[in-house]
Amino acid sequence: MTVYLDYAATSPLRDEVLDCYVEHLKNLGNPSSVHSSGQRIRRALEEARESLAKSVDCNRSEVIFTAGGTESDNLAIKGLYWQRNSEAVSRPIIISSGTEHHASIDPMEWLEKHDGAEIVWLPVDDQGIIDFKFFEDFLAEHHAKVALVNLMWANNETGVITDMSRVVELAKKYEVPVHSDAIAAFGHIPISFAQSGLSTMSISAHKIGGPVGAGALIVSRSTKLVSIIHGGGQERGMRSGTMNAPVAKAFAKAAEIAVAELDSETKRLQALRDRLVEGVKALTPLAHHTAGSVARMPHNAHFTFEGCSGDSLLFLLDQQGVCVSVGSACQAGVNGPSHVLVAMGRTEREANGCIRMTLGKDTTDADIDAVLAALPKALEGALRAGLTS
Amino acid sequence: MKVLAAMSGGVDSAVAAARAVEAGHEVVGVHLALSRMPGTLRTGSRGCCTIEDSMDAQRAANVIGIPYYVWDFSERFKLEVVDDFISEYEAGRTPNPCMRCNERIKFAALLEKGLALGFDAVCTGHYASILTDDEGNLELHRSMALAKDQSYVLGVLTAEQLQHSMFPLGHTASKDLIRAEASERGLSVAAKPDSYDICFIPEGDTQDWLADRLGNTTGEIVDMQGNVLGEHKGAHGFTVGQRKGLQLGKPAADGKPRYVLAVDVKSNKVVVGPQQALAVVELVGNKFTWCGKPQDNPEEFFKAHVQVRAHGEQVACELAVIDNAMVIRCDEPIYGVAPGQTAVIYLGTRVLAQTTIDHTVSAVDSFSTASASIGSSVEGAV
Repeated sequence: MTVYLDYAATSPLRDEVLDCYVEHLKNLGNPSSVHSSGQRIRRALEEARESLAKSVDCNRSEVIFTAGGTESDNLAIKGLYWQRNSEAVSRPIIISSGTEHHASIDPMEWLEKHDGAEIVWLPVDDQGIIDFKFFEDFLAEHHAKVALVNLMWANNETGVITDMSRVVELAKKYEVPVHSDAIAAFGHIPISFAQSGLSTMSISAHKIGGPVGAGALIVSRSTKLVSIIHGGGQERGMRSGTMNAPVAKAFAKAAEIAVAELDSETKRLQALRDRLVEGVKALTPLAHHTAGSVARMPHNAHFTFEGCSGDSLLFLLDQQGVCVSVGSACQAGVNGPSHVLVAMGRTEREANGCIRMTLGKDTTDADIDAVLAALPKALEGALRAGLTS
Repeated sequence: MKVLAAMSGGVDSAVAAARAVEAGHEVVGVHLALSRMPGTLRTGSRGCCTIEDSMDAQRAANVIGIPYYVWDFSERFKLEVVDDFISEYEAGRTPNPCMRCNERIKFAALLEKGLALGFDAVCTGHYASILTDDEGNLELHRSMALAKDQSYVLGVLTAEQLQHSMFPLGHTASKDLIRAEASERGLSVAAKPDSYDICFIPEGDTQDWLADRLGNTTGEIVDMQGNVLGEHKGAHGFTVGQRKGLQLGKPAADGKPRYVLAVDVKSNKVVVGPQQALAVVELVGNKFTWCGKPQDNPEEFFKAHVQVRAHGEQVACELAVIDNAMVIRCDEPIYGVAPGQTAVIYLGTRVLAQTTIDHTVSAVDSFSTASASIGSSVEGAV
């Protein structure tokens, strides 16, 4: 039996979502066609947009469907940067953090390398919290040169939650737009785009029981973006390409369920997660709970294990049927040290021995028991194998 | 047994893993990430740790039906193989990085990790055989496919390592048969080209690669008498026995080609001379290992064969361990042996021992005299 504790990597497709998806796949029509077939499928697409807008708490016209979270982050970061530099003034600075997801770091670094951007990496403490004082002082002095602020709502690895209202409050003071990658947060903690004051926000379907290949960028009505894909001008001209109504429908359905169940699931998962955390702590003094003293996602438990390498732990848990995640795997499948932990001041060695366990709708008490039962053997072997790399 | 199959993404290791499964072992495939900056795609026969290779290994593991992981050994590989390669060249020696990789990574770091994680053996696609003698000792032998035999690069394995090694391809008569088998098994790597070059030198140009790391300091090219014949851009770019790339312009007096006889990095001199001056009759290695059971009474000279490069011919010899050094006297001269190279000793098809060559003794008296002035890398005949 497999115990799946990697919901933050991807989550199982919900039955209702699958039914909705398949149902709409049967319908013929391009949403851009003017005839009745086109209109029928357009109607489904717009229903999805309206439904998703409700789940996100935004205006329906603010929902831009994309093919996933990475695309949404790219569109927001490059789009905002180019828009903010299309006027007479030069605004080369992007303020961000080293704990961001690669979907966010890499477009920024691409702009730095190819388009003159300057990234200001905010100092981050050992809990993963940005230095607000530095942020405020920097904005006060350099705001005229800042293109955008880019900070994720919840960290995908450690589960640490950013105080977005404080971020936006400071940025708003200087009229600097803020993008937030809310992919790890949406559907798991309450989010209102309307109240957030954000300019743009990325979300993704497969983290909340929807299909892979479905994402959205929420773009406030007052925000202008330069598009990164050019073509038929769909999605407010920001995302050309035939609009995918069945996928949008499935995404909207998944979001609707996730938001409806949010309160009850938060309580249930938090209790399971807390039991898991206490259980791991009781197993060994070598386990260090990451960012245990700050606001964190209710379904995320993150540990570093002294003297162990992540790939040994992953292998030994996998052998016992337990799926967890370590660090961040590169394209070749190598588990490198987590850049998030390195940004939080851990050494590469420390950042190599981490495990992320993320819970979700099918996680039960029995799963927690199974992980806690499998961990001693995994730890024993991983310690024996040491830090060889 | 629980077997860890090291899968490079090539056809040999894929077939080896498949055979280990068929032999009834519980097999897990593992690809060794040896570079922190892997290339995306392979180019020809170069490299073996690109992302494409990792994907090929994964695909093969999927087809065979075994779990597959990528383990990062890039730090160890850099320290033990790449840095060793550079410092050996820097010291005027010619290392064999594949041998170091077997010695320190595949059958050391990987094996140790495998044993710690509950495995019994490491399985690779090397062409070599492990046999058992009458007393139950494990012996490493040449593969049946002599043209592909890789027992030379495995000569560094000790008795302990042999116990935990598995070479399922050793009894196959040719590589063509392995390719045919891979094809029958539906492995898409069946027709993938062999890799020949050094995996961490992506462009395949060792001299350029070394020059980037060791610099280019102009020095003299001299003959055996010490007469200056020309200039070079860094002595470390040359290896004993090398003929091409000397760019001396003027031919030798006898019109015959000149070869690198010695590389003296201290004085940054490269000594060249005729081919006969490359002839070596004795090899001495201060560090050696026995591959399996040691020879009885090794302090007395005994007959064996010696091989000094991966795909070289073996030469009859006599050898003994004298003052903790392995002294190898060749029955006939061998050419172009550089300090740093490994001499592997064979008894019939069995690998008996290996040593890294520290000194060579020339077959030519005139050269021996001249060589006294060019440092310690070549020793005069006694």
